[in-house]
Amino acid sequence: MQIQILGPGCANCVTLERRVQESLARLGISDAAVRKVTDYGEIAAYGVMKTPGLVIDGAVAVSGRVPEADEVDELLAAAR
Amino acid sequence: MTTLAGCVPTSTRGLWVTGVAAAAGWAGLYALNEWVWDALRGALPASARDTHAVAAVHFFLYDVTKIALLLTGIIFVVTVLRSFLTIERTRKLLGGRREGIGNLMAGALGVAAPFCSCSAVPAFIGFVSAGVPIGVTLSFLIASPLVNEIAIGLLWGTFGWRVALLYVAAGYTIAVVAGFVLGRLRAERWVADFVKHPSLVASSGGAPLALAEPRLTPRRRAQAGIAEVKAILGKVWPYLLVGVGLGAAIHGWAPTDFFAAHAGADNPFGVLVAVVLGVPLYSNAAGALPLLEALADKGVPMGTLLAFMMSVVALSLPEMVLLKRVLKLPLIASFIAIVAAGIVAVGYLFNAILG
Repeated sequence: MQIQILGPGCANCVTLERRVQESLARLGISDAAVRKVTDYGEIAAYGVMKTPGLVIDGAVAVSGRVPEADEVDELLAAAR
Repeated sequence: MTTLAGCVPTSTRGLWVTGVAAAAGWAGLYALNEWVWDALRGALPASARDTHAVAAVHFFLYDVTKIALLLTGIIFVVTVLRSFLTIERTRKLLGGRREGIGNLMAGALGVAAPFCSCSAVPAFIGFVSAGVPIGVTLSFLIASPLVNEIAIGLLWGTFGWRVALLYVAAGYTIAVVAGFVLGRLRAERWVADFVKHPSLVASSGGAPLALAEPRLTPRRRAQAGIAEVKAILGKVWPYLLVGVGLGAAIHGWAPTDFFAAHAGADNPFGVLVAVVLGVPLYSNAAGALPLLEALADKGVPMGTLLAFMMSVVALSLPEMVLLKRVLKLPLIASFIAIVAAGIVAVGYLFNAILG
């Protein structure tokens, strides 16, 4: 599973990354590659205008808000 | 792990019941706030009741409680409402608008759909690459921090709706006019090249990626509201405490005639000094407002105070550093100069009208 966290490094992006890591551990997903995307050009290339953004396997799953832990669980479980 | 957001009920009925109960609790606390601190002050011996120190501590406790309550209520309600107006929808509304009408709309949308300064750059790229004119985009980017819900709510709670409305009208006008003028200056010359041609092909697939986000449920909107209250209070509390502390010191100790003499309506440079002081001050509405409140008590005119507040929230150095990634120096300089000039003009106008 390819996961990208989009955001220049603000507090929301850090929270989102932590939630994703926690969720991966909770669901026992070990084959996920998590990458942080901080470059504005690259963030814009995903069509995201409001950070943070969460991209799972190439599709933008969430943008402009930090999803709750149970929502991250749902999104990652669905992508497994 | 139980969190506050996790306790949000799942049924629509439960959401309504909890929402009404929370609103009633909030109103109760807000109504009790002044009464509690007045009663405590009244319980002191008469000789201590009117000292500077007691006046300052009373102001501090009352004001911190009041502003924390106002922020909590306002941020929650606004975040829930705002979850209906996404930035993608905003861009769609602005796409293909001409300048003029576009600036008027962008200013209004900036007021309605604020975003944190860390999103200013992606939003700018997204708007410009979709063909929204630079001047129209800038109207949006100026209005959004300048006329934000926190400033409006705090001004309303402290000075009443007239002052809040004046602030909104003035901030909106500045955003529309400044964006229009910057557009006339052919600002597109001063935009970083990668903004105009962002490769909409992502590194992985090759095809442009579409946003396929599901619609939010009411529960998710309420949870977003709670998360936003936590995030903003977590960020602004040091500013709030410093601001109220300074306000309390002014309230308790500063002689009334000091500010009236140096920053009163008859000092022609009052507004100018207020704006210049406000730019490097990296604070926010929550930190600036207690100062305003204390200074208003000491006779500083409202136009000067509103100009100070606007320059604190609209012209912040960290945001300029961020924008430097996409805007070249002449545009940043024009941006600061035009917005600052607008704020100064508004300050003098209000002093003339209200004073």
